[in-house]
Amino acid sequence: MLSEALFALFLTATLMLAGCKREERQLRPSPQASQVINEAQVSGLNPGANPLPGPPTPTIYEESAYAVSEGKRLFNQYNCSGCHAHGGGGIGPPLMDNYWIYGSQPENIFATIVQGRPNGMPSFRNRIPEFQVWEIVAYVRSLSGLLPSDVAPSRSDELHVKPPEQSMPKQTPVGITGAPEPSK
Amino acid sequence: MTLARLHSGLALLAQFTGEHNSLHPAGPQASGIEWLYWVVFWITFAAFVLVVAGFTRAAVRNRSSTSEMLPLVRDLEGDRRASWAVGTAVFITVLTLFAVLFMSIITGKKVEGLTSKNPVTIQITGHQWWWEAVYPNTQADQTITTANEIHVPVGKPVVILTNSADVIHSFWAPSVHGKRDLLPGYSSAFWIQIDKPGTYAGRCAEFCGLQHAHMGFSIVAEDQDTFQRWEAQQLKPAVEPNSSETVRGRQVFLTHACVMCHTIRGTDAGSRMGPDLTHVGSRRMIAAETLPNTPGALAAWIIDPQRSKPGNKMAPNLLNPGDLGALVTYLGTLQ
Repeated sequence: MLSEALFALFLTATLMLAGCKREERQLRPSPQASQVINEAQVSGLNPGANPLPGPPTPTIYEESAYAVSEGKRLFNQYNCSGCHAHGGGGIGPPLMDNYWIYGSQPENIFATIVQGRPNGMPSFRNRIPEFQVWEIVAYVRSLSGLLPSDVAPSRSDELHVKPPEQSMPKQTPVGITGAPEPSK
Repeated sequence: MTLARLHSGLALLAQFTGEHNSLHPAGPQASGIEWLYWVVFWITFAAFVLVVAGFTRAAVRNRSSTSEMLPLVRDLEGDRRASWAVGTAVFITVLTLFAVLFMSIITGKKVEGLTSKNPVTIQITGHQWWWEAVYPNTQADQTITTANEIHVPVGKPVVILTNSADVIHSFWAPSVHGKRDLLPGYSSAFWIQIDKPGTYAGRCAEFCGLQHAHMGFSIVAEDQDTFQRWEAQQLKPAVEPNSSETVRGRQVFLTHACVMCHTIRGTDAGSRMGPDLTHVGSRRMIAAETLPNTPGALAAWIIDPQRSKPGNKMAPNLLNPGDLGALVTYLGTLQ
């Protein structure tokens, strides 16, 4: 009885280990993921709320600690922090709170980065390869605790007054979240 | 005589060990380090020979068959000789260690003892995985920024200021100086001097991540005139494109991902994440001294940098052949 239970435990642990994508590093992204997005801009009167048809949302980036930490590096190096600071906002809106203007879903944030948004958010179309945009998207979502704590980055180099992304309490998105309407 | 021959034999052997070689000193500091190396080598070699000789002598002299029991004798004279021998050996060892310590301090003083009134100053910043070299000047437009290929005048003390942008790296050109760690957020300085003109290879000597092993640099020591010509050339803004091909190449550079990381002074590209490319065409090598600066290698590097150096921070660039050709031609003209 006990040995059976132990075996079951061992089996579960092995299966869980095999399913762990946290440490998976895609050092050489596929050609498809490496291209820059340069399709013509589609103007929506209410951008964000209805996600535009774009590339299908890959899940590998939000499951890999490496991808999210690369997103964090790029967030600083591509100077997202110049306007959004380290999540607290400044020239741009804060990203560590629960309020979303153009959607909280990965594909919404992807569209926001690629297309740009009124009042200052520049378009990075043709500038950042697709896989890097997804990495930044994953990091932006980790800022308000939307990512599991095992993939979110733990410690920052800069001085910070908020808890690290890993310990950020999950902020349930409000505003225009882009999330599918709950069926009633 | 035999010693001298053995020494020259070993020195000959040392010639076959590639370009990173602390036994080929190019300046006073590396010479000091080499001298200390040989002193320690011959002392330890002598100790090794003496120990082997002692063991051999003991093995030859006291042969006894295992079937006979050794007689128990009290040999006072033998005990006295043994304690004298052990005492002498300990005394000589301690004396030698102190002598080596003394010589090591003297060499250290000699290596650190360079100074000059108005030296060439170079700020080296380690990045994952390349070296940024800035020749600071109080006038911003007189500041040279380059990467991986460091030019210095021959026969003059040069100050190297160190820092790191991310993790700990170590700056090591074996023919020039010992290893110097580059610590993030901590500025330090040391002097180098190279007396023989030439190109000296260096490496990162502190594990710093995936491409640590391919994080190379070179120091080009040249006479004062050549160095000043190089300086004057590096201070110029980038060459203006003069053909339709190079105009297109610059257009490709400015409208693609290149501008997110690289600078070409004189254009709108001004990001400092990756190496400054204002004079990339004048460098011998690309990709932290791992690939030759040829159009083919450059094109392959731009298209798929993750193939030759997996994990490095440059993203693949899927350019169409026409754009890629124009870009490579343009970068080649940036002398």
